[in-house]
Formats: sequence, structure tokens, C-alpha cells
Amino acid sequence: MNITQILFWLLSVLTLGGALLVVICKNPVHSILSLIVTFFAISGHYILLNAQFLAIVNIIVYAGAIMVLFLFVVMLMNLNAASEPQRNKYLLYGGTIAGGSLLIVLVAALKQSGDAMNPVQLKTGSIGLVGHLGKALFTDYVGPFEISSVLFLSAMVGAVIISKKEHQA
Amino acid sequence: MAISNYIFLASALFTIGVIGVLTRRNAIIIFMCVELMLNAANLLLVAFSQMHNAHLGKYFPTLASDAQVFVFFIMVVAAAEVSVGLAIIVMLYRNTHSVDVNFLNRLKN
Repeated sequence: MNITQILFWLLSVLTLGGALLVVICKNPVHSILSLIVTFFAISGHYILLNAQFLAIVNIIVYAGAIMVLFLFVVMLMNLNAASEPQRNKYLLYGGTIAGGSLLIVLVAALKQSGDAMNPVQLKTGSIGLVGHLGKALFTDYVGPFEISSVLFLSAMVGAVIISKKEHQA
Repeated sequence: MAISNYIFLASALFTIGVIGVLTRRNAIIIFMCVELMLNAANLLLVAFSQMHNAHLGKYFPTLASDAQVFVFFIMVVAAAEVSVGLAIIVMLYRNTHSVDVNFLNRLKN
């Protein structure tokens, strides 16, 4: 068992454990903190896969910006375990059984695939570096890149309009 | 590492997200579980891009970087979705003083 495999299993345990805690925790703040653990572990997976640019973007965008936004909203609403909505027990069992069935179907289908044993590691990987991805982004994908800026602008305007207090009539 | 390890990891992560969406009633937790599912897809895209780069890199040099650009766009769309969605949740909380998605039943009337 070499160092890559040890790191893979460690990061996998962190990823799945954090994701399970997100679903299990009653307090929304604890859920958010365990989701940050999951995002950091996924960034570790990206570094193992030689996707350095995506690892950094994952930390900045997800673990930084989006999770701060979630935490800010939870703090703003003053949510805690006491204000958690009541859960229906049958819904809990039904959802767990449905999700477990989905996992079984996915694993059973993907076990049949022919190239399941192909290795993913590479000795020299440069496609994940920012220079290579930037070149692809600004030549082949410059149209979607510009459209995504319009999407961001409209999302920003939409968020402001939705959360604006309406005038008293 | 074999690609099957990453496939099973991403499947488990996606399934946990699905279970969270199905069982939790808190709108913020449901949003976070959607983020989990998006991240499972991202992880699988990156793993497959590295697999293709390891096997077909000298024939199709741009094949692997395409997937990573797609992951970048998924992150962009997820960020926009979170900003609008959290604004909607804040609006729901301001009107009902709750984040229970069962309250959204009243949208029917």
C-alpha cells in the first residue's frame, strides 16, 4: 500500500463521514461545518488527481464563498436544533430505503463496465494546471465563459430583487 | 488507483445527497445536499478526465482538459444557484418564520 492509496482512503473516509454528518446532524451549523470538511477532502482528491487549479477553485468558491453564505443565512435566521422541523418517521425510512436502492443499482450497473480497472493516476500531469485550463477556457470555451458572466449578473440582480422588502401599500 | 474506486466513492456521495434531500425538511440542509450531489458529479468528471489523459492523452490532447472546464462551469452555475436560492429561503423565512419545506404546500392555493 503506497502513499497514494493511503491518502485516497483517508480522504474518502473524510468525504463520506462529512457527508453523512451533514444529513445526520440536527443543528444546521454543525451540518455546515461538516460540509466544509467534505469540501476540503474533495479538494484533496483533486490534488491527488493532478487537477491543481480545480482544487484551489474548490476551496475558494465552495469552502470559502458558498459556505460563508450558508453560515451567514443560518446565523441570520438564528436556527438551532430546537427550531428544526419535525421529521416524519416513515419518510425517514422511505427515503433511506430509496437511497440505498439507488446506491445498489448504481454499483451493480457500474460493476459491469469493461474498463473498470483502468488506472487514473499519471506520472506527469500538466492538464490540471492553470495555464493549460486558461488556454482551453479562452479559446474553445470563450463563448460559455462570457455567457456565465451574464448568468452571474442576472443571479446577482435576481437575489437583490427577491430579498428586497416590498413597499408598504 | 483504479477508476472503480472513484466511481464507487462518487456513487456513495451522490446517494448520501439523495437521502438528505428525501429525508430532511429543513430547506437549507436540502440545498447543502444538492451541493453534495453536484460535487459527486464533479469528482467523477475529474477522475474520468485523468483516466482519459492517462490512456488517450497522446491521441486526443484536449479531451482531458474539456472535462475540467466543464467542472469549472458546474461550479459557476452552482454559485449562481446558491445565491438565488438562499435569497428565496430568506424570503420564505421572512413570510412564515420557518424553513420547513412543508410550508411550501401553500403555494398550491
